[in-house]
Amino acid sequence: MNLTLKVWRQNGPADSGRMVTYQVEDVSPDMSFLEMLDVLNERLILEGDDPVAFDHDCREGICGMCGMVINGVAHGEQRATTTCQLHMRHFKDGDTVTIEPWRAAPFPVVKDLVVDRGAFDRIIQAGGFISVPAGSAPDAHSIPVKKENADDAFDAATCIGCGACVAACPNGSASLFTAAKITHLGLLPQGQPERDSRVVAMVEQMDLEGFGGCTNTGECTAVCPKGISLDVISQMNRDYLKAAN
Amino acid sequence: MVTPRTTPPKAQKTPKRPGRQGLSGFLRSSNGKKAVMAVSGAVLVLFLIGHMVGNLKIFLGEGTFNSYAEWLRTVGEPALPARTMLTLTEIVLALAVIAHMWSAVSLARRAAKARPVKYAARRKSQANGYVVHTMRYGGVIIVLFVVWHLLDLTFGAVNPKGYDATPYDRVVAGFDPSRWWVTAFYVVALVMVGLHLRHGLWSAFQTLGLANGRARHLLNVGAAVLSTLLVLGFLAVPLAVMIGAVK
Repeated sequence: MNLTLKVWRQNGPADSGRMVTYQVEDVSPDMSFLEMLDVLNERLILEGDDPVAFDHDCREGICGMCGMVINGVAHGEQRATTTCQLHMRHFKDGDTVTIEPWRAAPFPVVKDLVVDRGAFDRIIQAGGFISVPAGSAPDAHSIPVKKENADDAFDAATCIGCGACVAACPNGSASLFTAAKITHLGLLPQGQPERDSRVVAMVEQMDLEGFGGCTNTGECTAVCPKGISLDVISQMNRDYLKAAN
Repeated sequence: MVTPRTTPPKAQKTPKRPGRQGLSGFLRSSNGKKAVMAVSGAVLVLFLIGHMVGNLKIFLGEGTFNSYAEWLRTVGEPALPARTMLTLTEIVLALAVIAHMWSAVSLARRAAKARPVKYAARRKSQANGYVVHTMRYGGVIIVLFVVWHLLDLTFGAVNPKGYDATPYDRVVAGFDPSRWWVTAFYVVALVMVGLHLRHGLWSAFQTLGLANGRARHLLNVGAAVLSTLLVLGFLAVPLAVMIGAVK
């Protein structure tokens, strides 16, 4: 199939950037979205142009590196799918596809479709950890954990920190990401000693980074490749109100 | 080899009690602002329920409606001076409206700063419908409506019968078919209130951390039911006057 791509090109953080149109021919429906961009980039390199920069690593949907806004939807319209796992069979011959980076002030564009997600790292550094000497993994049954808590903690822990929640949120809020980490640690015994200080510190850092506030639109959970539920935001809100008062 | 410690460890400055950050820190945080939004919204919803029940008394006749309006002004007498309860209610409502608007404006400004560069592609809502994206402009329409509504039926300034007429006469005159455009504005604004509540009702619980799992599903259904009932209840009066069922 043949596609028209409208891709955001930006030489560096200081460049103002622009949309550039490319034609890509002979795209196989079995290609992933990133492989389709690889085809474009190989041609651009042969033609002496600068290839389109984008983040990627594992290309199997578990690392959280890739991500772009495809036709206005973070990771594309396929639900619960990272960009690398999105396949070209979901597009039609002759389609025009708009590709943009995550748009948020705390995620400055590094180049083209690559954004700096250091803000997420700093939210984690503010409290997304447990301060105990962990040593080697304890026996699974040495500290009993309720089944529901273990399940919910694990669901929250599947967050890969890709940033799609921020990209999709009309407020540019990082609540889903932050709340997933808070819920993951807050539901387990190991996370209890720092539960109160953690939620306050992480919410404070989230605000300091310049992310917007949550208005419960649910756009984040709809695009989340791991399907993290709004439950985690409710949990974060509850923990925050308990800790801050 | 372990060398004995010669100086005692420096006394650590007592760490801030974890979690404590004071009221100003709470109100500066996005979560704090959201909590203000939820609580002030809840106050306004409770008022709306009472308001609607009061409105529906018009179907019990002119006397019942007017004496209910009078009761609102005299409740508590003689223990309390006239209008005590009404004035208290007005103060609480005014504070709730101010708090609700303050949190809305400061969260909207924060959101605008968080996304300085807009997307080129038209974004399609991936979540449950369009309603959640009407909250901000819907809120502005509702505020304009409230201003008109107070001038119309509370102060009588834009009502054909004026301030001195009975509440019943003001309602009947205000929604007279010749003033169809007023009724049309009420209908639009009330539908907007309904959409606002459709999202706001369950959203308040989510913000206060009370909407986990199954609870969210129930709250969502509850929000749809209550917002529909409120809109229908409020629309009943102007439409009844319009078609001449109340005159």
